[in-house]
Order: sequence, then structure tokens, then C-alpha cells
Amino acid sequence: MTTTTADSTISQTDSNTQSPLLEIRDLKVHFPVTEGFILQRQVGVIKAVDGVNLTVNSGETLGLVGESGSGKTTIGRAILKLENATEGQILLNGEDITQSTGNRLRDVRRHLGMVFQDPFGSLNPRMSAGNLVGEPLKIHRLTTTKSDYKRRVAELLKIVGLNSMMAGRYPHEFSGGQRQRIGVARALAAKPEVMVLDEPVSALDVSIQAQVINLIKDLQTEFGLAYIFIAHDLSVVRNISDRVAVMYLGKIVEIGSRDDIYNHPKHPYTQALLSAVPTANPELERSRERIVLEGDIPSPLNPPSGCVFRTRCPLATKECSTQLPELQSVSGNHRAACIKGDWYESKNPVPGSVSEET
Amino acid sequence: METTYETDVDIYEDPPLKVRLRKMVATSWKTLKSNPNLMIGSIILTVMVGIAILTLLPTASTVARYDPTELAVSERINGPSADHWFGTDKLGRDVYSRTLHGSKTSLYVGIGVAIIVTIVGVTLGVIVGYNRVADNIVMRVMDGMMSFPTLILALALVAALGSSLTNVIIIIAIVDTPAMTRVVRAVVLSLRERTYVDAARASGASTKRILFLHIAPNTLAPVIIQASIFFGGAILTEAALGFLGVGTPEFIPSWGNIISSGREFIRVGFWIAFFPGAFLALTVFAANIVGDGLRDVLDPRLRGEK
Repeated sequence: MTTTTADSTISQTDSNTQSPLLEIRDLKVHFPVTEGFILQRQVGVIKAVDGVNLTVNSGETLGLVGESGSGKTTIGRAILKLENATEGQILLNGEDITQSTGNRLRDVRRHLGMVFQDPFGSLNPRMSAGNLVGEPLKIHRLTTTKSDYKRRVAELLKIVGLNSMMAGRYPHEFSGGQRQRIGVARALAAKPEVMVLDEPVSALDVSIQAQVINLIKDLQTEFGLAYIFIAHDLSVVRNISDRVAVMYLGKIVEIGSRDDIYNHPKHPYTQALLSAVPTANPELERSRERIVLEGDIPSPLNPPSGCVFRTRCPLATKECSTQLPELQSVSGNHRAACIKGDWYESKNPVPGSVSEET
Repeated sequence: METTYETDVDIYEDPPLKVRLRKMVATSWKTLKSNPNLMIGSIILTVMVGIAILTLLPTASTVARYDPTELAVSERINGPSADHWFGTDKLGRDVYSRTLHGSKTSLYVGIGVAIIVTIVGVTLGVIVGYNRVADNIVMRVMDGMMSFPTLILALALVAALGSSLTNVIIIIAIVDTPAMTRVVRAVVLSLRERTYVDAARASGASTKRILFLHIAPNTLAPVIIQASIFFGGAILTEAALGFLGVGTPEFIPSWGNIISSGREFIRVGFWIAFFPGAFLALTVFAANIVGDGLRDVLDPRLRGEK
């Protein structure tokens, strides 16, 4: 990896070097749990994200999947510094952004966009669609004249498939899908390089989901954006991602190209996740074998020793409670964190293989 | 899905002021019609404000008939008559004219207090709702102020600052500010957790921008309701101070000090205290039902906007 020079600015993307656009190094986000009214004392720590390494190259989509509470949203929020990193670094074009404050932080955020899960809560009800979309333009002073500003807002609305004459309307006058389009237009306004999409379609109707996913894909080709796509819908992730990382209890348990993860899942958790997705073929559905996980995700306040997945793992043995599994290469860039060497090959049909038609 | 991106796009222009005004009037009228409380309260308040404005004009004598400070010692404590509709007081001054002129003072106080309390309360409330350090310091001071009974604190401040119309407004505003701050703070505490605040932060918005562009406008509904209640409350407090003889000085007629001067003659001339008292009660009643009406009108819409 290249090192940061003192005067490097993030806007300069050096395409000659192989350094990734965004690199997360050993990221930890811990939330202290305090007790007491006036004299607060810390009684524990929730390890929402606990030692995650990720890279995202420009123009690619990294899918982040996992159950609720696996820390995938926290990673997304940490990238935009909506949560502070406890440890580790987040490098954007080689510059560590975890310590940025004030104007520097504002400039960093210009290169990042975020789309939120809730299309109803993520738009200020007292701002018109035009002002919502145009706010980043004002914050970063990207337009000089008023007519320039209006043209850019109209253009952004058009890009996400909304009528530019809708700029004067307020969020409650839009449907869920339209609101999410406004959210996408806002994230796009400052021309970011990386977009964090935090479950952008899980609150939408299935038919609208496909529209918004297609919009997101089109925008990527159009503007060469890098996406971090957070979702728990495995079919959607398969549809959009180039690479996929599977998270469990704040750690990445498996990462690889989309086809590696979906066709040759190596980690028992990934296999269980994939087997939980129903297939559209009833005959296949009846005959396929399902891995049913027992119990819930353990409390991040008190994670299991050794491998965090061992409490629910069908393959777990004694060694799993003592040995800490590291991500190790299976083939090429496909890596999984499991100490069981004899990788179990799943014979299940690939979930999401019908999603292209929806 | 079509993916044709054009650069020449239709630009949205705000509709002209005339259209927007017409739309505003139409919505206000619809709201008023749907809520009788709001309607009755607004009519009473409009009449009161109308009276106050008329007495301000040089043609005041056509409405108020007499100079409110004109003495006629031979006509002391006369009951209501064709000449003096509300009778005369102990110095022969026309109670009708004094009551009408008194509306000015009361409305000054009510509006002044409502405006000051809103500005100070919203600013403080938004800041303390967002900053824990400021919260601990400011709210402990506010708690201290709230632990005094309203009137006792107002009396103490009058003793310290002296009584003039401006001072009375400032004093009542000081006394009411903690309650407004508390209301705004509570709303801000819930608003700051909204996703759109995160979204604004993610766009690079500064704390100042988030506080005053994203959070403050969304406190509007509870603030308007609270302000209309403080408006009525301030008029009452001013009257109470006037009644105790520490409010606005006697040469400025106010409902409070007219009632006060009528107190000793309540057995021989009830009219001196009765008529300004009725005006006072009516105005405060109107302010309260307007507050109630606004609560009904603003709350469900907010629920629908979530």
C-alpha cells in the first residue's frame, strides 16, 4: 500500500498506483455501556465492529451482508464519521479520515455520499425536494449563481428519474420510492466517489425495489461510483455486487467475489445464510437441504471466545472456543475465517439466481 | 427504466408571490372553518387588536370618546350612562375610554412577551438539546428559576428593575423563558435522533446549520402552541402586577391597574373593576382557545408528516 504524503489531497486520484479508493484497516467501533446517574461508570463495551479490513476500488460495488446486529450499518456510518472509530484507520485516497474535524471533515464528506434505509425519516419534512437535493451544493459551495443552482437541482432530479417540476413539493407529497430517489439525488449532488448505500431498498415494495436497484446500477456506470451496498436481502446483493463480505458479530467471516460467495460459500455461516433463501423452483425447493441455525446472534456485550460463530455452528468442536480464526485465502481473493480445513462444499442452488427477472 | 440524461432540463421556479399568498389565505381559511375554537378565539383577538390599533391612531377619540386621563372630579364614581358607557372612576375618568386604551398595554405585554420568549426559548432550547455540557449548566439555572412561584419572582424582579412598560415585558419574559426552553429542549432531544439529521451531517452540514435549519423549524408546532398560551399568561401576569400596584405606572392605563383602582370601590361602583375585568377575561380566554385550536390543527398534521 502506498503511504500518505503530507500534502496529499483526497481529490487527487492517482490512477497509476494500485492503491484502493477506500481502505478500512483494522476498524473497531466500540460503544461503551455506562451505568449510574451522575457519576457514570463504564460497565461494559459493545463491540459493534471489531477488527474489520476492507478495500473498495473505484467503480466497484462491495456488498456487505449479515444479520441484524452484525455491525454492517455501523461500518457504513463510521465511513461517513457518523460514528467515531475506536481504533483503526479509514483511508480515502490514502488519507486517514477517522481523525478529520471541522472544515477538513466537511471536505472529506464531499467525496462520500450516503443513502439511508428509511425513506420517510431521512428527509426533513419542512424542506422542499429541491432544497433537500440542493443542500450539499450550498454546503460545499458548488454552484455560484442562483440559476446555476436551480439548473443543477433540476438536473439531479432528472437523473434519478423525477420530474424537475417536483422541486417545490415537500417529502410527504411523495411515495416511498420517490423519496428514496430524492435521497439518492441528494447523495449524488456533491459528485462523490464513494457511496454508502445502507439498505436503500429494504423499506420499499418489491416492484419499486427493482426500479431503485436499476437506478443505482445505472448511476454507477454513468458516474463511475464505488458502492458499499449494505443489505440483508441476499438476492439483491447478488444482483448488484462485484464482491461480497459476510459479517457476523462485528467481524468479517468470509469475503470474496460474488460468484465465489454465492457458488462456493466456504464459511459455515455463509452456507447457512444462503440456504435460508427460498428458491423459486418448487421441486428444487422441496429437495434441497437446509441448514437451520439454532438460537440468536450472541450479545456483542459478551461475545463467545475463539470463533464468534461457534455457539451456532454445526461444525463447531472444542478447538473453536480456543483458536481465533483468521481470514485465510481459499482461492485467490476469496477468504474465509474458519479453522476447519476440510471445507464443506454446499450443494444448494444459488439463491437470487431468479432475481434478474424481477 | 429509461436512462436518458439531458442537460437542458425544465427548471422549477417558485410560483409568484400573489399565487403563494392566495394559497396561504385559502389554507388558513379552511383550517379556521374546520376548527370552531380557533375561529372564535381568532375573532375575539382580532377585535381586541383592532381596538388597540384604533386607540393608537390620532382619531382615537372617535372610538374611545374621552381622553383616558381626563379628570372630571364632579362626576366621580357615576354608574354606566349614555355619556359614560362603563361609568366613571374615583377621579371621574371615563372607564370605557380607559378600558379601550388599556387594551394597548395588555396586548403590548402579551405580544412582546410571546416574541421574546419564543426567540430566547427556541435559541436556548435548541442549543441545550444538542449540547450536553450547555444542557447541564443552562437547565440547572432554568430549574432554579422555575422553582420560584411565577408572581413572586416577577415581584422580586420589579423591585430590582423598577416598573415601566418595557421592564414589565422583560420581567414576564424572563419568568416564562424556562418553560419554553424546556418544551423546545424536549422536542430537540427527539428530533436530533432523526435520520434526516444524520443525512445532513453526512452531507457535510455544520452543527449550526443542523440546529437552525434542520432542527429549529421542526419545533415550530409546539412552539406556536406554547407561545399562544404564554401570550394569555403574560396578559394575566401583567394584570396581576398592576393589581398589586407594581405593574405599569398609573398614568398608562392597563386593565390590571384599572381593576386595582376599582378594588376599593367594588361595593359602591362595581363597574370600575368589572368592565376591564371582562375584557381581560375575554382576551385570555380567546388566547387559550386559540392555543387549544392550534394544538388540534398542528398535531395531527405533524403525525402525518413523519
